[in-house]
Amino acid sequence: MAAADTRAVARAPAAGPMRTAALPGERGWRAATLAPALVVFLGLTLLPMLNLLVLSFHDVAWAERTASWSFVGLANFRALPGDGLFRAGILNTLIFAVVAVGLQMVLGFGLALLTSAVVRGKLVYRTIFLLPILIPGIVIGAIWKLMYSFDFGVINTITGLLGFAPQDWLGQGHLALASVIVVDVWHWTPFCFLLLLAGLESLPQDVYEAAAIDGANGWQRLVHITLPLMIPTLVVTFVFRMILAFKVFDEIYLLTGGGPGTATEVISFSIYRRFFTEDRAGYGSAMSIVTFFGIALLIILITAFLRRRETGR
Amino acid sequence: MSRSAGSSRVALVLRHLLLVLAAAIVLFPFLWIGAAAFKTQISLLMGQILFQPVLMNFEAVLTARSSDYVRNFTNSLTVGLLSTALVLVVATLAAYSLNRMRWPRWVGHSMLGWAVVFHMVPPITLAGAWYSMFRPLGLDNSYLGLVLAHTTLNLPMALWMMSVFVNDVPEELLEAARIDGARTPRILWSVIVPLVAPGLAAAGVLAFIFSWNEFAVALTLTQRETATVPVAIGKYAQENTIAYTEMAAAAMLSILPAVVLLLVAQRFIVRGLTNGAVK
Repeated sequence: MAAADTRAVARAPAAGPMRTAALPGERGWRAATLAPALVVFLGLTLLPMLNLLVLSFHDVAWAERTASWSFVGLANFRALPGDGLFRAGILNTLIFAVVAVGLQMVLGFGLALLTSAVVRGKLVYRTIFLLPILIPGIVIGAIWKLMYSFDFGVINTITGLLGFAPQDWLGQGHLALASVIVVDVWHWTPFCFLLLLAGLESLPQDVYEAAAIDGANGWQRLVHITLPLMIPTLVVTFVFRMILAFKVFDEIYLLTGGGPGTATEVISFSIYRRFFTEDRAGYGSAMSIVTFFGIALLIILITAFLRRRETGR
Repeated sequence: MSRSAGSSRVALVLRHLLLVLAAAIVLFPFLWIGAAAFKTQISLLMGQILFQPVLMNFEAVLTARSSDYVRNFTNSLTVGLLSTALVLVVATLAAYSLNRMRWPRWVGHSMLGWAVVFHMVPPITLAGAWYSMFRPLGLDNSYLGLVLAHTTLNLPMALWMMSVFVNDVPEELLEAARIDGARTPRILWSVIVPLVAPGLAAAGVLAFIFSWNEFAVALTLTQRETATVPVAIGKYAQENTIAYTEMAAAAMLSILPAVVLLLVAQRFIVRGLTNGAVK
């Protein structure tokens, strides 16, 4: 899924070093079958990236369908560190990703452990838990915006029954970020659950039988067998989720629009605002470039760190 | 019987209780928004639990002249189906080429490596570039522009998934086909495609769902005539006076494809989502 990820690189090319010549008569087909993907990658990712790079050194003004460019050197990049919106975007994205994904991993693992231990109803539980993953993020934003509503939202109805005063869940600084995180936890815990459940079900059973003979109790089995065996799956799930969390946009767009102030401003939203709402293509491009490489680097570092921990050195 | 049998029964009941609670938390927002879709605005604002269900919200969303929702729905279907078909063709060809046609190793490494890097970054970072590329070509408000964008966004996932499936095809089968005189198109169509059909289903279902759900790029590349369902729902929330119950009805309608796919193709969804996380 999402981040098809690093292990594909290691696995995919089956051809060994010796077999690098095309079969006779297949050279043309070899090129023709790869060409469409190459065109998409070059034309729609690499070329736009270069375009962004060029844009980022310019100020761009649109008139009808033609743009007038003026070269500004590194001015766009120099302005970035002083941009409060950009800084808030980075900080909030990091807080959001760490807190939300941390909660999702714990809850998802708990649910996966519970589900793997039951026989009857397993498919029903899985079907229900899958639902949020498949729903458009924007719709999840819409649903929760109504539920959070100060006037008629069901959240205030419930907290009211428990004796709390009604809150403007999306309208107050820290509370707004927490409310957005709650939505994300609801949205994506099922994803962690699904991956971790698949991991649990692929564990070798004989180890557990041996442990049962040795008289290990449930807690000992969890800590000494399940957890160590699950570490690779936990790592992959965590990295997948972090990648998706850094992309968050839809829910925030609908729930808070980054507000109040910059309380829920995330990086995708800052880019959107600068590039599209304010029509500052050059500056937005500089922001995109820095974000692109920043996130790629961060995820590569996280993956490398976790992999090293995993192999135990 | 013994105490341990009794306590394990208690544990089982406890497990089910926790799972039912979790399922209730997952389902509750859908039930609440589903109820809101059948309420009048007044009934929603009064927070009525028992209410007389009305169909006016669905009528307003589907038939009102001011509503483009049917158009949005067909736009989403068109873009979803076209981009899914395109990405499957491109990915399967490339997966076969990279894994079975003896490219030098660096070719596969650089393609898949770039796919991984590209997939890590927020789509919005490229939306601006696509917009400024497409606009001079007149593609900024067309199906083609959005289809190409969604194809690009889904290509890393599809390429990687099809690589796994193509790699599982036994080399002997391809060898035998070649000895029988089959050339590449024939091998692809008669040997590879039937054998990777489950992979095509898994990648296809996911590609369609991702396209159906995609918002940020659709928002930047479409206007009124080409807007997809998520863009339309985003618009509801931007109005000065939000028609909450209509927004609820539109939201309910938008999750129909996901529910249908969940019921008929869950096997492929699970396979697609877990592929690679677990080996």
